[in-house]
Amino acid sequence: MIPLHGRLWLLGALAAVLLPQLLRLPPWLATCCAGLLGWRLVIDLRSRALPGRWSRLLLTLLGIGAVLLGYRTLFGPDAGLALLSVMLCLKLLELRTLRDAVLVIFLGWFLVAGGFLVDQSIFVGAYLLLTVWLLTAALIALNHPGGPAHRYYLRRAGLLLAQSLPIMVLLFVLFPRLPGPLWGVPKDSLVARTGISDHMTLGTISELAESEAVAFRVQFDGPVPPADQLYWRGPVLWTTDGRRWDPIPREFPPAWFRDAPGYEALGEPVRYALTLESHDEHWLFALELPAALPPGLNLSADFQLLLPRKATTRQRYELAAHTRYRTGALPDEQRRLGLQLPAGRNPRSLALGREWADRAPADIVRTALELFRAQPYWYTRRPPLLGEHAIDDFLFATQRGFCEHYAAAFVTLMRAAGVPARVVTGYQGGESNPLADYLIVRQSHAHAWAEVWLDGQGWTRIDPTAVIPPQRVETEADLQRFRSTATPLLNADLGWITRNLSRLRYGWDALNNAWNQWVLGYNHQRQKELLQRLGLLHFGWQGVVVALFGAMGLVLAAVAVFLLRQGRARTDAVVRLFERYCRKLARIGLRRLPHEGPADFADRVAAARPDLAEASNEVSALYVALRYGAARTETLSRLRDAVARFRPRRRRGSAATAA
Amino acid sequence: MATPLTLRQRFSLARFLRGLGTETGPVTLDRRRIYILPTRQGLLLGAVLLAILLGAINYDNGLAFALVFLLTGLGVVSILHTWRNLLGLRLEAGRCPAVFAGETARFPVGVHNDGGEVRPAVILQAAHGSEAMADMGPGTQWVELARPAPRRGRLPLGRITVATRFPLGLFRAWSPLELAMDCLVYPAPAPQRGLPPDQPGTAGSGGERGQGHDDFAALRPYHAGDSLRHVHWKAVAREQGMHTKQFAGEAAQELWLAWELLPGVAPEARLSRLCRWVLEADAAGLAYGLRLPDRTIAPDFGPAQRRRCLEALALYGERP
Repeated sequence: MIPLHGRLWLLGALAAVLLPQLLRLPPWLATCCAGLLGWRLVIDLRSRALPGRWSRLLLTLLGIGAVLLGYRTLFGPDAGLALLSVMLCLKLLELRTLRDAVLVIFLGWFLVAGGFLVDQSIFVGAYLLLTVWLLTAALIALNHPGGPAHRYYLRRAGLLLAQSLPIMVLLFVLFPRLPGPLWGVPKDSLVARTGISDHMTLGTISELAESEAVAFRVQFDGPVPPADQLYWRGPVLWTTDGRRWDPIPREFPPAWFRDAPGYEALGEPVRYALTLESHDEHWLFALELPAALPPGLNLSADFQLLLPRKATTRQRYELAAHTRYRTGALPDEQRRLGLQLPAGRNPRSLALGREWADRAPADIVRTALELFRAQPYWYTRRPPLLGEHAIDDFLFATQRGFCEHYAAAFVTLMRAAGVPARVVTGYQGGESNPLADYLIVRQSHAHAWAEVWLDGQGWTRIDPTAVIPPQRVETEADLQRFRSTATPLLNADLGWITRNLSRLRYGWDALNNAWNQWVLGYNHQRQKELLQRLGLLHFGWQGVVVALFGAMGLVLAAVAVFLLRQGRARTDAVVRLFERYCRKLARIGLRRLPHEGPADFADRVAAARPDLAEASNEVSALYVALRYGAARTETLSRLRDAVARFRPRRRRGSAATAA
Repeated sequence: MATPLTLRQRFSLARFLRGLGTETGPVTLDRRRIYILPTRQGLLLGAVLLAILLGAINYDNGLAFALVFLLTGLGVVSILHTWRNLLGLRLEAGRCPAVFAGETARFPVGVHNDGGEVRPAVILQAAHGSEAMADMGPGTQWVELARPAPRRGRLPLGRITVATRFPLGLFRAWSPLELAMDCLVYPAPAPQRGLPPDQPGTAGSGGERGQGHDDFAALRPYHAGDSLRHVHWKAVAREQGMHTKQFAGEAAQELWLAWELLPGVAPEARLSRLCRWVLEADAAGLAYGLRLPDRTIAPDFGPAQRRRCLEALALYGERP
């Protein structure tokens, strides 16, 4: 039978492990689990009998049925975790032997690992480290029938975990990571999809504009390029029905789309590392235009950087880009698509465009931008609803909109005037984190702009939103968003509180970023990069394994030395204290003889100096208790105090009666 | 162990299981005599960790990796902690009080912990049955190991194993050893009561003792009023209390408990009867002698005489 304190520790630690799981379970299932825990607590505290075999079997079937009812399956992370939680609680009802209890502890650790499938944030990591600590303390309590010593279990578990931390770090860094999954990863239903979608219907990006969620983070090798060059390229939209814009379908792309196009770079490339949050799509939002492709990635003919698989996990990419470039000739298919417009939609816009058709393309672009600048067009993130002829409504009636309205209207006008044009969506700008050297790009940085094809220059980026004068931005919030397209990244006109709040937020984001980079995103590739930089890969993976075992041996040797010292230290302290006491007496002429025991010496001191008798008797009694008796921990501190207080002074006139 | 072991000795399986044979004096558990292997729970944890590792690889889950590695570290470090829990303990044989055959012998084993740290949950297992678990604080702890004593004679404690699974139960460290320690087992006293009948023919053997007033047959506890001349001062000097000598005069009989008084009884049964007589004579405070085929103990009384006689009975037939 297991000691009671061990069982109570087990229940407590298990409750802590189950807590985050219970919050995720359907409420009635969570209530059942909590009820089972409570039942076991009553059994332990009131010494009630365990339920019989048949009632346990019935409860088990009910548990499986409940999970099936709630999740429609027993497999996959969610249902699996729910099943494991319920079964763990049921296991408590037949917990008799130490082996049962130890199994529950192990399953508790397993459940902790399962929890990471759902959430890997810093908070969850810290909380679950705490539960690992509690489970370890519970395991120690179970293995200690001697009696409850609660603080000792916590301390001992903490010591054990602290000593295993270096091994964890070593293994984490050096244990060879395998690329790719071993078996199919089920699609994670818990990750809500955020981010830019694969098409644009006027009005969709405005939802993203409110979202502070991080899309990706960027660290530049050199200085951050000016804000007006920070265009992160996503889906390129070619075809339109007058209202909705679509890219070239990835499933059936035309032949020209697959060949990477050439372009002429006009300057040095910008190098940067981009950590993309999962968005469940194929795009990598790269700076225009990619200079070098990481292996496995594709560049489409319209300069979209495409991932081989959908981005379901956070990934880091080393990239390079040319922000000044000139693209080559325009193939006929691209020209045809770049001029496509639905018949019968937006007649007034088409007519306006056709009026400009006989001018030079550069002139047409200038005219359209002048239109947005001079006419009363407003920038707002809450534009009025648009009707059947959406572009006409926007250009001639409401005149209120934001990036996607301006980009769509601009491209429509260009195409009507005979200039090949397309809409590009993605992100623009980014917040630089002043506490760490990187840029945060949030969903609120989502943006849409236009590209036109000009002779001699090729595809040229035009951002029609940027020409709206700042006084025609509707609200303060819009202004801030609007400014990022044109002005430096951090606006200086923040109040003291906002500044400190934002410092906090940036600090937190920096921490999160480091966590993402080094804990969650540390994979096969990152490991290879790091080991290469450390020079460990020089001898191949065998070298890494040798280094791993060598370093682990060193850690264990250090732990062993620590443990051996720990046992000896107290004895040494006793001797040291007694020697100090003897030295103090020697200074006044009372020297301890080599054969003299502490008690005899104390008697001699008392005879020679009755005024010191009390203090020296105390010291020697404490010393004797520590060396030869079953002394307790407090005795040592009492000896320390006694020796510190012992300040014998030489008496005038009386010669010390040293032997 | 002052002499270093040869390589072959060091790795012999017998040493692993049985230790180094009987050792006199305290035995210190140094690093050469503590063995350690995973327990069943330790192996189970290995399997659980492997499962988590596979999951971590499959889902490329950084924190699951971290957890596996942390628990791996925990397991590895616990090897040192478990091993350390025994290291440096000193075991010493205590004095085992004699028992009668059929009773249980209790062997006190002294465990000295010279370090300052408590060594929790240290188990002492005797090869024959009993097991004791204790937290060994600094200083000395006496642990009793019981072993049934079915037969008279010397009963050795035999091999004991000092073991621990603390702190996590994933590993068991143990050290087999054999302390030079045995318990004297007296013959089981026969159930039949009653001292042997008077033996008139035995007077000659006690011939050097003059009969008459100076001889005494028995002692009884001192009562107030007894003559101080009759107090048994030797016993007082031995701190056995005040006794008054009872003088038997002509009527005094010497009590001899002798092997030949029980003709036709099987040897072990004779020893049992003799044992019972010794106990009864001692309880009655009589002076008595014991005569065995190989040994004779002159009449006397008191605890020392009792012990001498019982010891002779226990070791009858065994030649020291």
